[in-house]
This record gives sequence, structure tokens and C-alpha cells, in this order.
Amino acid sequence: MAAFIARRCAAAAAALLGALVVIFLVVRLVPGDPVLVLLGDNYTPEMYQATRHALGVDKPLPVQLLKYLEAVLRGDFGNSFRNSKPVLPQLLEQFPFTFCLAAIGLTIAVVVGVPAGVASALHRNSWIDQSAMVVALLGICTPSFWLGVLLMLMFSLHLDWLPAVGGGDLREPLTVLRHALLPATTLGLASAALIARLARSTLLEVLGQDYVRTARSKGLRECTVIARHALRNALVPIITVVGIDLGRMLAGTTVIEILFSRPGIGHLLINALKTRDYPLIQGAIVFYVAVIILVNTLVDVFYSVVDPRIRHA
Amino acid sequence: MSSTLSSIRGFDMRERKGAPVRDTLIPWIRWWSRSRSTVVGMTVTLFLGAVAALAPVLSPFDPIEQDLYAVNQPPSRTHWLGTDQLGRDTLSRIVWGARFSLSVSLSAVALGGAIGLVLGICAGYFRGVVDAVLMRVVDVLLAFPMYMVAIFIMAVLDPSPANTVIAIGIGSSPRFARLARAEVLRQKEASYVEAAWAAGATDLRVMARHILPNVVSPVLVMFSLIVGTAILVEASLSFLGLGVSAPTPAWGLMVNEGLVGIRSAAWVSILPGLAITVAVLGLNLLGDGLRDLLDPRVRQGL
Repeated sequence: MAAFIARRCAAAAAALLGALVVIFLVVRLVPGDPVLVLLGDNYTPEMYQATRHALGVDKPLPVQLLKYLEAVLRGDFGNSFRNSKPVLPQLLEQFPFTFCLAAIGLTIAVVVGVPAGVASALHRNSWIDQSAMVVALLGICTPSFWLGVLLMLMFSLHLDWLPAVGGGDLREPLTVLRHALLPATTLGLASAALIARLARSTLLEVLGQDYVRTARSKGLRECTVIARHALRNALVPIITVVGIDLGRMLAGTTVIEILFSRPGIGHLLINALKTRDYPLIQGAIVFYVAVIILVNTLVDVFYSVVDPRIRHA
Repeated sequence: MSSTLSSIRGFDMRERKGAPVRDTLIPWIRWWSRSRSTVVGMTVTLFLGAVAALAPVLSPFDPIEQDLYAVNQPPSRTHWLGTDQLGRDTLSRIVWGARFSLSVSLSAVALGGAIGLVLGICAGYFRGVVDAVLMRVVDVLLAFPMYMVAIFIMAVLDPSPANTVIAIGIGSSPRFARLARAEVLRQKEASYVEAAWAAGATDLRVMARHILPNVVSPVLVMFSLIVGTAILVEASLSFLGLGVSAPTPAWGLMVNEGLVGIRSAAWVSILPGLAITVAVLGLNLLGDGLRDLLDPRVRQGL
């Protein structure tokens, strides 16, 4: 078990290192001079050279890369080109908002998606199944920002129940929660649709297995068959899907944060993209990559705890 | 449609050249009539394609012409779907937006499919180090949603339709590469490939003439399913202002532009979003239907 976890962690670290190198290279090798972005139109050659030196972009690429990796290990992502403040504190400052959004969103997705999928599978081809699957299909085809617009129109502009914009005050958790509710619902419903579809097909597959038939034929009550034999086996793939979906959800936060004018890492990233603020872009992307690799590793480890066969495969 | 589908099946058809037409035609007709959702998907997709192709003829107004005397007008007889905050006709912008969204998504997925197909076939055919490295990269890329890969790529490219095509294309290519590789591994075991080798065909010839035609049909199914996702990704990018800039009529951008006047003119945001949903729905239904048709294992289950 320990060996498996150690192997997975090593693989995760390798993936992260590879991702860091790729991110660094790609950001540096593309056209678009950050010095010019910073200086604007009015500058002298001396100012240009001085800024280049200050940013460290005048050194050879491998030197820049090594310095960058070493700095990242220390938690130093450099200073934002725009306001010259360190990147990491800016990311950490925004993190609670994105975390709150993703956590509530995921809860909504699981609480809505899994029961809907299970109910569909258990009542296959009934009106419950069909209506749930039509709604789920619509949910998959709807862009999240449009769903957000509709919810915003309904619950903040029409009914005036929830705030439409902003992220609330971190010192007052209740305001943060109130502000997160609408964006998180938007995010959660989009994922719930996918989770419901996959939960349904997974459970249907399990229900067709021999051991389910055996359980039934030895006279167990239907609810025992479902709860003890079918659901437990369907749970592993469902949790994998939820884990993978967390990545999708994290990506979705960018759009949602912009739509609801919420603070957050996605909002930071999009603004940094528009101003070509390389250190900030890199910091935000490294954050996303690290979280997704972490989640994948956790799902793998969880998998191996639930199903020992995977460890030895 | 049936003629293109029969050519897709390629080898299968050639083997059965002597069989009466009804043997191949009747199961298809039966399948079409059973699968209403595919017909809906097909209809929606054809409709969208027609709208996109005929945009200059169909749109009643110039999509970027402003009329500051008629801003934020609700739907009326002149402006069927109202006007936006700059007095531009919403219907015309949605019609032109269909052209924009469809052309960007289709070219992006075509690019991604081409990259993925070439890399996947080579990896599956030659195996070895190239295969190992390529599949590691694909595995890592597949851990990220297509939309996120596209955003990362847009981070280093300037916002323009061409760069959106590149970003979405690269984002979609790992899925094609994985699929094509798996198919090649399967086909390589088939006796017709061995026969081709025995007859002295070169690697390139075996890949292009023998393996490629047999890999096409699963890739085509993947293509139609991914175009729907690509439309969503393109819409999200243009919503964020990363894909296109004003005044281009792109659906995602239109939703964003409408947010300013959401209180008084909600239709400016709502209608383009509805267009996205309908387009993606149509393509997904069509893709699901094609998968059922082209994947015999699923078809037997019907």
C-alpha cells in the first residue's frame, strides 16, 4: 500500500515537473514581448534595456528555466509585471473564493447528480428515467455562462433573493456563502448533468453482472441487492468520474467568476491573460495543473484502497 | 446521406459487393425510423449548416451596423429578435454567429482530428519509444478538460479566430490520437494487414491505404461528438474575450455584451445562448446516432 502511494506520488511529482517546464517554455517562446507590454509606447532604448534586465528576460533560456524552477520550489512565482507584487500572495488571497465556489459546486453536483442517475437506472425506461435524462442532456449542451445568466435573471434581478455580483467579505463567512450560492449552483448543475448520465450507465452495467443475479436468486430483498451489491460496486467508477469532473469544474470557475464578477483565481488568470502578465499567468496555470494532478493522484489512491486489485495491476 | 455512410464503411462494403442492395439498405432505414433523436439531431444540424451557409441572404440587417436611434428594442416586426445596446439587429447577429461558430469549431476539430489521426496511427503502427512518449503526453493532456487546454494555449496566442482554431484543435487532438492508436493496434492484427505486408507493401502504403480507411468510422463518430464540445469551448473563449474581439458576431461574445443591459434588454444575452444550446444539442444527438449506426456492437443491442 505504502509502496503504491509512494509510486503514485513520484509519478505526480514527475508530471508536475514536466508541466512546469512545458509551461515555462511555451510562455517564453511565443511572440509578444512582455517588456513592450509593460512600457507601452513611450520608452527610450535605455528604459527598454533596464526593464528587460529587471524582469530577467535578457538571460539565456536554460538559465531562466533553472532560476524559475528553483524559485518555484521556494514558493516564489516572481512578481507580477503589472503591480510588481509577488504572485503567490495574490493567488493565496484569491484562493478562498475559488475554493468556496468549487466546493459548494461539487457538493451540489454530487447531491443532485448521483441520486438522479441512480433513480434513472433503477427505474429504467420509466418516465423518471426519460425526463431525468432529457434534463441531463440539456444540461450537457448548455454553456454554463448562459445557465448563469438565466439564474442571475431569475434569482437576483427578478426575485432579488441573492446578490448577482461580487464575492462577499472573507471576514463575514455568511456573505461569502450568500455570494457563492448562485455561481456554485450554476457550476454544480452543469456537472450534475454529466455525473447523472455516468452514474446511470455505471449502475446499469453493474446491475447486469452475474453477482447481482446471484444475490437476487438467493432471495435477498431488492433493496439489499441494490445497496449492498450493486451500489457498492458502482461507487468506484462514480467517484472517479466525480474526481475527473473536479478538473472540469475548476476550469469552469474561470467563466463563472467572470460572469458573476467574483474574485478568484480564474478571474485573476483571465485578467492576467489580457495584460500578458507572464508571472501571474504562470502562477495561476501552475495552480490549476497542481490541483488537477493532486486530485488525480488522490482518486488513484482512493481507488486502490477500495479495490485492492488495482494496486497489483 | 446513405451514400456517404456506405463509403465510410469502406472495406465492409467492398467485401459484400455481390449482396443485394436491400441487405444493406433495409437495416439502415429501420434504424433511422427507430432513432427519432438522431433524426432531430440531423435536422437541427442541417438547419444550422444551411443558416451558416446562407447567412448573407438570410440576415435581414448588417450584423455589425449600428443604429443608435434603435438601441435595446424589444422584438418587433422590423427587428424580429430585437436589437442590442448599439442598435444592432439580434437576429442578423445570431445568423452570422452561426457561420462564425460553426466554421471555427469545424476547422478546429478538423485540425485536431488530422493531428491526432497522424500521431495516433504512427504511434500505434511503429510502437517503441515514440509511442511511449506520445502516449504519456496524451495521458497528461487528457487529464485536463479540453476547455482548460484551450485557455492555456490562448494564454500565449493573441485573441483571433485563427488562434482559437489552433487552441481548440490542439485541445481536441489527444482524444483522436488515443482513439486512432487503439484502432490501429486492433487492425494491425487483422489478416488483411498481414497480407499487405506479405505482398511487399511499404509501411506508408499499409498505413494510408489499408489501416486508415478502417480507422475512419470511429474517428468520424468522435468528430461529430467533439464538434459539439468545440462549440461550447469556442463560446466560452469568446465569452471571456479571448477568442474574438468586438464587433464580430460570435455567440459567446454576444452573451457577454448583453450583460451590460441585462435589466432592460435580457434578450440580447438570452437568445445567442439559446442558439449555442440548440446547436450543441443537435450535434450531440447526431453524434450519438452515428455512434449507434457505425459501431456494430451497439447496433446489435438495438
